[in-house]
Amino acid sequence: MTNIPDTPGKRTGDEGWALSIQGLTVSYGAQAVVFSVDWRVPRESMSVIVGPNGAGKSTLLKAMLGIIPAVSGEVRIFGQPFASQRDRIAYVPQRASVDWDFPASVFDVVAMGQYRELGWWRRRRAQHRAHVLECLERVGMRDFADRQIGQLSGGQRQRVFMARALAQRADIYVLDEPFAGVDAATERALVEVLRSVVREGATVLCVHHDLATVTEYFQHVLLLNVRRIAAGPVHEVFTEALLQETYGGRLTALQLARMPDQARPTPSETPLAKVS
Amino acid sequence: MNALFEALLMQAGFNTALVCIGAALLGAAAGGVGTFILLRRRSLASDAAGHATLPGLTAAFIIMAWLTGDGRWMPALMVGAAISAGLGLAAVHALAARTRLPEEAAIGAVLSVFFGAGVVLMTVVQVIGTGGQAGIATYLLGSAAGMLRHEAALIAAMAFATAVAAFLLRRPLTMLCFDEDFAAMNGVAVRWIDLALSALLLAVVVTGLKVVGLVLSVALSIIPPVAARFWTNRVHHMVIVAAAIGATGGYVGAAVSSAAHNLPTGAVIVLTLFTLFIVSLLFAPARGLLAGVWRHQVFRRRVHRRQGLLALARGEAIYDGFTLRVLRSAGWIRRDGVPTQTGRRAAREAARDEALWALHRQRQPGDGAFRYYHRVMPIRAVLPPDVVRDLERQFDLADVAAAREPRRGA
Repeated sequence: MTNIPDTPGKRTGDEGWALSIQGLTVSYGAQAVVFSVDWRVPRESMSVIVGPNGAGKSTLLKAMLGIIPAVSGEVRIFGQPFASQRDRIAYVPQRASVDWDFPASVFDVVAMGQYRELGWWRRRRAQHRAHVLECLERVGMRDFADRQIGQLSGGQRQRVFMARALAQRADIYVLDEPFAGVDAATERALVEVLRSVVREGATVLCVHHDLATVTEYFQHVLLLNVRRIAAGPVHEVFTEALLQETYGGRLTALQLARMPDQARPTPSETPLAKVS
Repeated sequence: MNALFEALLMQAGFNTALVCIGAALLGAAAGGVGTFILLRRRSLASDAAGHATLPGLTAAFIIMAWLTGDGRWMPALMVGAAISAGLGLAAVHALAARTRLPEEAAIGAVLSVFFGAGVVLMTVVQVIGTGGQAGIATYLLGSAAGMLRHEAALIAAMAFATAVAAFLLRRPLTMLCFDEDFAAMNGVAVRWIDLALSALLLAVVVTGLKVVGLVLSVALSIIPPVAARFWTNRVHHMVIVAAAIGATGGYVGAAVSSAAHNLPTGAVIVLTLFTLFIVSLLFAPARGLLAGVWRHQVFRRRVHRRQGLLALARGEAIYDGFTLRVLRSAGWIRRDGVPTQTGRRAAREAARDEALWALHRQRQPGDGAFRYYHRVMPIRAVLPPDVVRDLERQFDLADVAAAREPRRGA
C-alpha cells in the first residue's frame, strides 16, 4: 500500500499540506460510513477522492469541513486547527443540494460568496459588484448575471456554483462531484478555471466519479471505500489492482478499458511492483 | 357601508385608525418574516406555533384572574402565548430531529395536543367565571373592533420591531434558506439564525393574536409570500411585495371588521389576502397563470412561423391549419398557399438562420446560447454582432466553396 511520503526531516510540520486529516470517522447511527481515514492533501495541486457509490466520499468531504459531525478525528488546514482556518475554504456542494426555484438571480447567488466580506450590514459597493461580475466572467457566465437561476441548464448551474466559490477568494477549493451531469464544454471550462486557481496558488480537492479523466485532471488521489485503500500521487496509486480493491472487484472491463494506459498493468510488471 | 368607507379612509376616529395601522404593520412584518419561513420550508411550523399559543394564553388568563381578578391584560397574555408556542416549536423540532418521525407528523401531533390542552383550559376559565372571560374567545379568530388604544399601540410597536429585525437579518436568512451547508461554511451561525427565524415567527404570531387570532395566524405568514412569489424572482423584492400584500390584508381586515362589529377580523384578513393571492396567481407578469399562457401562445406562433418558413424554403407543402394562418397573416403566402415575394425572402432568411445556428453548434458545442435556439430565436437576437458576422463570413465561404465544387467536378 502506498503512503504519502513525509516531508524529509520535518515530522512536526503540517504546514506543507493544505489539508491534513487524521483518524476521521463518521457514522450514521452505529454504522461507520467513513472509518479512520488519514489523508494529506498537498498544496497548490489538484487532488481527488475516488471510490464506488456509498464509499463515503461526499460524507468524508462534509465531515472534513465540519458540515456534518465526525465521531472522531482531526482536521488541520495549513497545519492550523480547522476552526480557525475555515474562511480559507470555498465549498462547492452538489448541484442537487439546493432548490433551484429559489427566488434569486445568478448575480445574487454569486454575491453570496462575499458574505464573509460583507456580513450583515456592510453595503455592497461598486468594487464588490465588479468582483462578482469578474467571477462570472471567469466561468463564462457574465451575460447571465440577471437570469433567474431556475432557468439555467445543469452545466450553467455548476458554473454559477464555481463562480460563487471564486467570489470567496479562498485558498482551498473543495468540490463535490463538480462534473456530474454537466456538458462537455462546461467540464472543460471548469477544469480550466480550477487549473488557473491552482496556478494562482490555491489548492483544489474534488470528489469525482469518472475514472477515465482522473489522471488527466488530478495529481493526487485518495482511493476510498469507507476506509482508506490507498493515497498518493496519481501515477503511483491509480492502478488497476488498487482500483479493483477499492471497487470490491466490481470494475467492469469496459470501465477499465476507458482508463488511460498507465493504470492498466503491463505483462512484465504488476502495478504494485511499480509503486515500490 | 358608510361606516366601512370611513374606516377604510381612516375617518372613523383615532382608535380605529390606530388599530388599522397596527394591523397593517403586523401584516407587513408577517409577510416579510413569512417569506423566509416559506423559503426555509417551515410554513406548517407557523400553524403549529399559532395553535400552540392557546394553552399559554389561557393559563396566563387564569393566573391573572387569580391574582388581580381580571385576566385580560394583553401583555401578560402575549407572554403566556409566546412561552407555550415556543415550547410547541421546540417540541416539533425535537420530535423531528431526535426521532424518525417526519416533520409534518410532529407538527400535527404538537398542534392538536397543544390546542386540545388550550381548549380544556378554556373550559376551566368558564368554570371559574371571572370577569372578562368572553375576552379570551376574541383571541381565537381575532377582533380588532374591541381593541383598546394601548393594545393597538403595543401591536404596532411590536410589529415594527419584528419587521426591523427581519430586515437586519436578511442576508444570513437568505443564505440559510438557499444553501444551509454553504451558509455554515461561510460563517453564518446556522443554528442561531434558525433560532432567530423561529423567534421572529413567534413574534409575528403573538403580535397577531388579538388581530388575526391564533387559528388563522398561519394565513398571515403564508399567503403574502406565496402570492408575492408570483410577482418576482428575487428574494429582496419578494420580501417587499409580501410585506405590501400582508399590510393591505391587515389594514383592510381591521377596517372592515371594526365597521361591522360581528365580523371576526382574522376571517376578513384571510379573505382579503386570498383575494390578493388569486389576483397574483392570475395576473402577475413574472409567474402568473395568464402570463404563462400568453408566453406559451407567443412561443407556439413562433414555432409555427419558423416551421412554415423552413417548409417554404425547402419547397415542401404545408398542411397544418395554424401554420397556414400564421403565414397568411404575416403576408408570406397567398390565400392559395403560394408564397409571396416577401414570403420567399423571409423563408430564405429563416433557412440561413438555421444554417448559422448549425455552424455555431459545430464550433461551440456546449454554448449556453442554444437555449435560445430551442426557443426558436433568430441568432442575431442572441449572439453578439461580431460573432454573427464571423459566422456569416464562414458560412458564405463554405457556400461559395460548395457552389464551386460541382463546377470543378463537371
